[in-house]
Amino acid sequence: MELSLATRTVGEHTVLEVGGEVDVYTAPRLRERLIEVVEGGARRVVVDLGRVDFLDSTGLGVLVGALKRLRAAGGTFGLVCDREPLLKIFRITALDQVFPIFPTVEAATTVDQAGPAE
Amino acid sequence: MSTVRLSFSPAPVHVRTARLVGVAVARRAGVTEERLDEVRLAIGEACTRAVALHRQYGLPDLVLVEMSDEESYTVRVIDRAPIEAGLGLAALPPDELADESLTDEALTVGVGFALLAGFVEDLQVRPVDVGIGTEVRMVWPVGR
Repeated sequence: MELSLATRTVGEHTVLEVGGEVDVYTAPRLRERLIEVVEGGARRVVVDLGRVDFLDSTGLGVLVGALKRLRAAGGTFGLVCDREPLLKIFRITALDQVFPIFPTVEAATTVDQAGPAE
Repeated sequence: MSTVRLSFSPAPVHVRTARLVGVAVARRAGVTEERLDEVRLAIGEACTRAVALHRQYGLPDLVLVEMSDEESYTVRVIDRAPIEAGLGLAALPPDELADESLTDEALTVGVGFALLAGFVEDLQVRPVDVGIGTEVRMVWPVGR
C-alpha cells in the first residue's frame, strides 16, 4: 500500500497520521511533510503510526531527524504505536529509548501539556 | 530445491518489489506466517543497503536477489560496491542514536544493520566469491 499522510490538530498538538509503507522510496515524502509541519510553526508534533504496515530503517531515520529538529526548536515529538511488530522494530534498534511512544493519540496529546519536553 | 532470481536497477522504487517477491517465495517455501514480517523487513533492509551503496558509488549495475528453498529458505542479496564500504556491521548504542552529530545517513545505516542482526538469526555479510561486491546471506527455517 502506498504512503498516506494526513495532518490534523488536537489541542496544541499537530498530529500527522501516517498510513501504508514507509520505506526507502516513500520516506523522503514523510521527511518533507515533517519539515513543512515544523517550518509551519508546529512545536508539539505527534506522528500516529497506527495505520503503518511497513517501516524500515529509512523511515526510522526520518523520525529521528524530526525528533532532533523539534528538540532544537524547543518542541516535543512523540509517536503513537500499539502494534507489536512495529514496537519490536523500535526495541531492536533501541529507538524505544529515544522516542516517547504512546498507545493512543489521546495519551500522546495529553502527556506534555504542562511544558516543553526534555 | 528451487531458485528464484531477481535483478533490479539500484533505485529505491524497486526495493518494494524485491520485498514482495521475497515474501511470496518464502511463503511458498514453507516459512511460517509469523516469520514473514521478519523476512519482509530483512530483505528490504538488505536491498536498501545495496541500493544506497550503488548510488553512493554511482554504479549502474543491477542488485541481485537470489532466493532458494533447499531445507531452509536462503536469500542472498548481492551488491557490486567496493568491499571496504560494505562490511561495517555497526549497531549504535541508544545514547548515540539521537546525537546531533550523527548524520541521517549514518543513523540509517546503523539502524538498518541493527534490524538485520535483530531479525535474522542466521546472517552472514561477506565478500562475493568473484569480482567486487558484498553478499548479505540470510537463512530462515522452513516449517514443513
